[in-house]
Amino acid sequence: MAASIAIHLEFGGGAELLFNGVKKHPVTLPSQSEPWDMKQLLVWIQRNLLKERPELFVQGDSVRPGILVLINDADWELMGELDYQLQDQDNVVFISTLHGG
Amino acid sequence: MCQVDEDYRGEVERAAVPSVSKKCVKCKEALAALVIRAGDAYCRLCFKDFFVHKFKAVLGKNRIIFPGEKVLLAVSGGPSSCSMLRQVQEGLSQKANKKLRFVPGIAYIDEGAAIGQSVEERQRTVAELQAVFQATGFPFYILPLEQVLDLPASVVATNPSPSEQPASAYKAAVGHFVETDGSNFPTPQEPKKMLLPHVQESHTLQQLLGSVKTLTAREELLNTLRQHLLVHTARTEGYSKLMLGDSCTRLAVKLLTSISLGRGAQLAQDTGFSDSRYGDIILVRPMRDYSAKEIAYYNHLFTVPSVVIPSVDTKTVDKASIQRLTESFVTKLQADFPSTVSTIYRTSEKLQSACMKWSGAERCDRCLLCLCSLDTAVEEPSAFQATLLSDQLSGSKCLRGSAAETLRPNPGRPESPAPTGQCCSSAGGRDCGRPGSDGGCCSSAKLPETTRLKSLLCYSCALTIRDMSTVNHLPQYILSEAQRRQRRWGLFVSLFFDCVCIIVRNRFSHFNVVFRPSCVIRYTVHML
Repeated sequence: MAASIAIHLEFGGGAELLFNGVKKHPVTLPSQSEPWDMKQLLVWIQRNLLKERPELFVQGDSVRPGILVLINDADWELMGELDYQLQDQDNVVFISTLHGG
Repeated sequence: MCQVDEDYRGEVERAAVPSVSKKCVKCKEALAALVIRAGDAYCRLCFKDFFVHKFKAVLGKNRIIFPGEKVLLAVSGGPSSCSMLRQVQEGLSQKANKKLRFVPGIAYIDEGAAIGQSVEERQRTVAELQAVFQATGFPFYILPLEQVLDLPASVVATNPSPSEQPASAYKAAVGHFVETDGSNFPTPQEPKKMLLPHVQESHTLQQLLGSVKTLTAREELLNTLRQHLLVHTARTEGYSKLMLGDSCTRLAVKLLTSISLGRGAQLAQDTGFSDSRYGDIILVRPMRDYSAKEIAYYNHLFTVPSVVIPSVDTKTVDKASIQRLTESFVTKLQADFPSTVSTIYRTSEKLQSACMKWSGAERCDRCLLCLCSLDTAVEEPSAFQATLLSDQLSGSKCLRGSAAETLRPNPGRPESPAPTGQCCSSAGGRDCGRPGSDGGCCSSAKLPETTRLKSLLCYSCALTIRDMSTVNHLPQYILSEAQRRQRRWGLFVSLFFDCVCIIVRNRFSHFNVVFRPSCVIRYTVHML
């Protein structure tokens, strides 16, 4: 049984418009039998935090193309993308690169 | 393999994760933090150096901004332009010999009226941005988009471009600047209280944008108006260059969008590093080497302040406009094929404008809206002619009576009736009571207005105008310049015919006076 973990979520670049304009979300993920990974986190966000237009944030299993994901200030491509397993006090940032210039 | 700062999980490492503990490709020591392009992983410090260096390199390579020159930075509040602002700020403050050497100013256009924001929301956004601009110390101008309604017609009149400077002039200018230790930056001025636009002006602007039927055309029109306002501001405040913050990703999307919109002939100017269509003001795009991902990462890591401002296509579906669809297409393709954007970008670098050489001689007529060379003077068998013909055939009954009014300014091009499908269906609710009974339809003043305007526009701007229910809401400066050009054309035609008559008369009178009667008879017989 993995303990519940506390992580910090941040949304930027316009992604926060889908979350009522709130940029920082400190969340506590409930404990479950397997460790949390990014795929499950996305499902959790979609269910609990996303206020509108889910198709502008998630696409299938992953985030919509154009949204940059940083885990502890490092590109998630270097951390294993969806398979990365979350740890306590991780900082996950979602930045939309689709708007603004 | 385990990373230094990660717990070893004790489970089998999956083979598909070779990049978990990748080292930076540049310094090969620190752990990589970001993947740029296809497979190049950089650590934070190397990434910062790379980012900062690229900005200076692109300006230095192109040698278009001379030392001491006044440059206006167009900042929209978005990540690219704020990043550009930060690069300029840092570049100017460095003491190294690669210090940037121009004199910047900032311009921000408040487009709240276009997206229907309330006055309070607009003021809030402006206040946030004002704080950011004040922190830089550069002079700044906050302009509501409503000001575009009061622009003078000189904005769309073609101006002569500055004479080409020889390559050696740049080096000489740099040398001179360094010697004199030019440090005459303008002192930060008192922040001007932003003039709130009149409610009536906001309403007029909303009416204008509301008269555009498609989101594609609305975005294009907004782009045009925004650019006109920026150029006008640069002119009046004494700036000779305008820096735009378009990123590589943005420009790749813009390239494909432009092709879809029929702006193929203007691609080089729309997406190139420098754009000299306005003559005296040159548009420069220093951020065109940066992908959106690099900019977002830099901004996050080095806390570059930016403000998220919704635009007309925020939260719209993919198919809402051509621009949105192309953006969605490119970003999705980029996710699977990371070299998409850079390939498109490299293609755009190879484009050159054919008409650039003629800019001094003004031999090309310019489009009224986008000020690029007109691309509609083509030979008889062409795709453009075919579209005109199909417009004509599928248009309404009001075809006759318009042929005489649609002479194009290019004498070489055969006359053909311009698309008149607009006639009865153009202005909503206008009563077309005479369905072609005597060849004329509607009032002769109203009917050809759209048609007349289209003869002054390039192909894609004509398409934008076609998507408007009426052209009467266009700002006065555009309509008055259109009238001036049509009058000039009409004057040209009448002058031409007058000259011909004079020549013919002179020819014959010459013969009558100088030649003796026998010669006249011989000449007459010869002519017969």
